[in-house]
Amino acid sequence: MKKILQGNEAIARGAWEAGVTVACAYPGTPSSEILAEIAKYKEVTAQWSPNEKIAVEVASGAAIAGARAMACMKHVGLNVASDPFMTLAYTGIKGGFVIVVADDPNVHSSQNEQDSRNWARFAKVPMLEPTDAQECKDLTKIAFEISEKFDTPVLLKSTTSISHSDSLVEPGERQESPVALGLDEKQASKYVMLPANVRARREVMEERMRRLETYADEFPCNVMEINDPRIGVITAGAAYMYTKEVFPNYSYLKLGMIWPLPKRLISDFFRKVNKVIIVEELDPFLETEIKALGYKIFHGKDLIPNMYELSPEIVERSLKGNAYKAPKIRVNLEDLPKRPPNLCPGCSHRALFYSLKKLGVFVFGDIGCYTLAAFPPLQAIHTTICMGAGVGGAYGAGKALGREGLGKICAVIGDSTFLHGGIGPVMETVYNKGYSTTIILDNRTTGMTGLQEHAGTGYTLKVEPTNMIDYEQLVRALGVKHVRKVDPYNVKETMETIKEELNGDEASVIITENGPCMLHRREKRKFQFLYFMIDTGTCRGCRACLEIGCPAISWTEREGMTKDGKTRKGTVSINRLQCPGCGLCAQVCKFESIVPGHEDADDGQQ
Amino acid sequence: MMDNNNKVTNILLSGVGGQGAILTGNILAHVFVEAGYDVKKSEVHGMAQRGGDVTTHFRYGKKVYSPLIKCGDVDFLLAFELLEALRYINYCKKDAKIIINDQKILPPAVNLGQAKYPDNIPATFKKYFKDNVYIVRGQEIATKLGNAQAANVVLVGAFSNFFSEIKDEMWLGALTGLLPKKILELNIKAFQEGKNSLLGITR
Repeated sequence: MKKILQGNEAIARGAWEAGVTVACAYPGTPSSEILAEIAKYKEVTAQWSPNEKIAVEVASGAAIAGARAMACMKHVGLNVASDPFMTLAYTGIKGGFVIVVADDPNVHSSQNEQDSRNWARFAKVPMLEPTDAQECKDLTKIAFEISEKFDTPVLLKSTTSISHSDSLVEPGERQESPVALGLDEKQASKYVMLPANVRARREVMEERMRRLETYADEFPCNVMEINDPRIGVITAGAAYMYTKEVFPNYSYLKLGMIWPLPKRLISDFFRKVNKVIIVEELDPFLETEIKALGYKIFHGKDLIPNMYELSPEIVERSLKGNAYKAPKIRVNLEDLPKRPPNLCPGCSHRALFYSLKKLGVFVFGDIGCYTLAAFPPLQAIHTTICMGAGVGGAYGAGKALGREGLGKICAVIGDSTFLHGGIGPVMETVYNKGYSTTIILDNRTTGMTGLQEHAGTGYTLKVEPTNMIDYEQLVRALGVKHVRKVDPYNVKETMETIKEELNGDEASVIITENGPCMLHRREKRKFQFLYFMIDTGTCRGCRACLEIGCPAISWTEREGMTKDGKTRKGTVSINRLQCPGCGLCAQVCKFESIVPGHEDADDGQQ
Repeated sequence: MMDNNNKVTNILLSGVGGQGAILTGNILAHVFVEAGYDVKKSEVHGMAQRGGDVTTHFRYGKKVYSPLIKCGDVDFLLAFELLEALRYINYCKKDAKIIINDQKILPPAVNLGQAKYPDNIPATFKKYFKDNVYIVRGQEIATKLGNAQAANVVLVGAFSNFFSEIKDEMWLGALTGLLPKKILELNIKAFQEGKNSLLGITR
């Protein structure tokens, strides 16, 4: 019976059905659910790797040993993994090897909007792209077959709207891989990429690409639908679904394999329809290639935007032009207050960034929940580039500014991010005699992507106990002499410690302690009080507590007076249901008007 | 809504992260798959769900293509929060049914006193959708039952009134399949109370 599955669940299911035994990933939106899902199957060794490069290396080793193996990542993860990936395209593998890469058009949760299809052309490897959950499963299975048949890594590309949407899937049975396990020393010329071997493999790659082009013409998921022959659309992925939705009568060439392109099929399509439109998300990838084959297209990126996510109305508006009838505007949405994501009430990052803001330092940030500290009112992060970039950036800025920068620069990086890409730049800072301070925000989990384990949590993806990294020992081994620990909820002490280290002229690391993610179930910090409340008799309405941006605190404008007769424009209130009692706001209040609540306190809330 | 032609019904769920829009989408998926439809459900949210706005596009029919609803094509807007309802008012068809949980969650800019929470949102909806606007006191009903968190299931109960062809057992089957045992009984009550709140007044 058909089951409703999320695209990512369907990819996991497809990999399992294909007999995968090793699957690795570093979490990243919108790809994270694939590994969490595949970890449920006992036949699969599923693991969180410290970063995507390591995930690809581990999975490729398993594939060289004959296993069917998979590595999953978001688009920017493939940048990290590109080094092994580009060369694995030369060596090929033995067991099927699939890399899943999930793009994030519209940048729902990423630092850029790159189009991963370019990697397929760049690396000369085949790429498949599903349009719904059923195809997520089917194409994942086929990807392993292609990988073995052509001795190449295969890219499976998804996007947010495919990975995060659910549709019906016909589940199948698992079939163990047909490839025998085992390593073969005689294959060294295939796997040792010394120049002479590389040149030989280079020719193998070209030959392989030619065979793949022929295969693409026969590929069962490159589907031609001839309806009205006046307009034919060449498209793939979510763009197919949007276009089919608004123009059901057009003819379609839907490409399940977007690299290499099926040249004969494309030529047939041009013969069968009068005019061809290319609808694709982000770059003019298909358009450039199809034009290079010598075809004239009716429309493509002249009408379809090359930025952000497509949608049914964007496709309709772009292709209909003046004939498009826009939906009625009842309310001007620009006028509505926005609702950006925020750090949770009680989050230890809020306390730490409040301290940094008070110190007025330039903060080289990184990727994680704490990036939200860039929003008002905290606004205490000043760069965010990629995982690990903040640590190196702070060091480099210090080199540029010399002693002028002393006391003014620091880097922040989350625990998972530090293990992903932060160790190298700390080593660099010590080795090349930098003075910057790196603060490791240890919330005991990979918070932003949904609380995944990592090498510092003491547990594996399958929640088996394992070695737990000791950050202090690690950074001392890198040569950091000044290693401090702070309780981020103690603002005064945290500020003093940071200030001391910022002014030191040697590299330093500060590790936050006892500040686990508020959503973490295993590791919870016990706060001294249940919650805090406002003493409305003394609240002066100064709004200082609003500067921490806690979602539990709100402002009510109402002119009045304190009990000792001071006028005020309003007061704040704390939502008892949301407040976990972290006490940050109480430290911020100069009038001691934020007081611990207790079970039977009467603050007008229940 | 049980048309036999290829009509696709579009349900847009909107709310604030943590209000249960995702569970509600799963309940709808369970029910409409069980009823034999093709279904597509798409979660759209920004960076994780840290109190930001969250929407789920839910579509069912004989054959559904796009995972996203076309702007202007929403048949049902099921909103867990007033401002998050208003944010999608332009997405709705002229004759859409609007079901809104009577709850305000202030966004940060309003908390800080830098922006104003829009006045009288139900009246804005009534201006355009007349009698097709249904305000449900989800928070109040759920709190009375002992857990404000069940407001989303109160809304599901209210919403079930629009689908006379779907029997209560199917909704309850979805709750049983998706919720942990210890909160099931409370949520079944929440569903019933929600259903009763609009019983006989839906069109």
